[in-house]
Amino acid sequence: MSEANPETIETAPRYTEFHPRWYRPQVSVYWWLGQRQYLKFILRELSSVFVALFVVMTLFQLSALKDGPEAYADFQRSLQSPLVIAVNAIGFLFIVFHAVTWFNLAPSAMPVRLGGKRVPAFLVAAPSYVMWILVSAIVSWLVLR
Amino acid sequence: MAETIILEIARYSPERDTQPHFQSYEVPVHKEWVVLDALNHIKDTEDGTLTYRWSCRMGICGSCGMMVNGEPKLTCATFLTDYAHKGGKIRVEPLRYFPVVRDLVTELGDFLAKLKKVKPWLIHPNQPPLSQGEFLQTPAQVDRYKQFSMCINCTLCYAACPVVGLDPIFVGPAALALAQRYNMDSRDEGSGERIAVLAHPDGIWGCTFVGECTRVCPKHVDPAGAIQQYKLTAVLEWLKSFVMPRGPESEHVGSKSGDD
Repeated sequence: MSEANPETIETAPRYTEFHPRWYRPQVSVYWWLGQRQYLKFILRELSSVFVALFVVMTLFQLSALKDGPEAYADFQRSLQSPLVIAVNAIGFLFIVFHAVTWFNLAPSAMPVRLGGKRVPAFLVAAPSYVMWILVSAIVSWLVLR
Repeated sequence: MAETIILEIARYSPERDTQPHFQSYEVPVHKEWVVLDALNHIKDTEDGTLTYRWSCRMGICGSCGMMVNGEPKLTCATFLTDYAHKGGKIRVEPLRYFPVVRDLVTELGDFLAKLKKVKPWLIHPNQPPLSQGEFLQTPAQVDRYKQFSMCINCTLCYAACPVVGLDPIFVGPAALALAQRYNMDSRDEGSGERIAVLAHPDGIWGCTFVGECTRVCPKHVDPAGAIQQYKLTAVLEWLKSFVMPRGPESEHVGSKSGDD
């Protein structure tokens, strides 16, 4: 396009899909604090950070195990510091929250049909809980026997 | 003397205001009155300038959606007595995240454009002539999509979805659920045409599964479920494109094929 006179640009009627007189509300940065359900959603998303944290800690544990009994004893000692215990306690709560919220969402994402009828939501979620309890029981037995 | 309740109503005049303000009205609480009745009472007897949309008064037309005490509601199905007993006021605002035209009236152009984008109609390129009779469906086939077909386009789900507010180009719950309604229909062959819009960062992948759309839906459509179910379909299609990169262009992307 050739050079345009800035004045004509300023005054020429322009098409805009944004009507000048509509009120357009702005979304606050703190939108997730205003409503309980939004806060729950943000906490659910945040819980994955703690899941990742547990994975990283397990990798460190395996690495210590590989380096011999002394390294492993050192690792176990480091777990006894109050800070690590606190982080683990908070992390555990978040991971339980993570598991429960995602298990409960599964029926919505997976409509299971049997004989032309949709299986009730709690029956779709139930196998996850059963598996959770079963795996926890096996792990407890391995650790505590 | 009947009990009364205060309605705090968001007012916005495009000619005079730069942003909305609240105006309070006192209305009688009758057992059978809903918020829409209160608004009609105010318009009839107190303030004829109050502007809002409504039509059927019975949860069919989807026009009277508003924020009632911060919650997206059909005002024709929101009883005053539910709030009067809590001794509270009722705050009525236009549906969240939409541009406001005046008072409680929102601008729906953007929503309607998104709705059209997902082609919410039966696509049937090889339609047999009428003389061959009607399309037959079994009750089980109807059952696959019936829930999603109950949508009345009231846009409560858009006002409930934080993604709609944060990412204005997100196609949104109702449009995605309606796309799935046609994908699941045994008469439809358009799922291949819809996948480009649906399996897109502004389509289903924009959804973070907050689940609020499903909670507020007055017709129990479950848009969140529809979107998550389509996510699985889209992933399977994507995997299929690796396994059969030179295979025929998929025409039947919808999850209706194969899992009956």
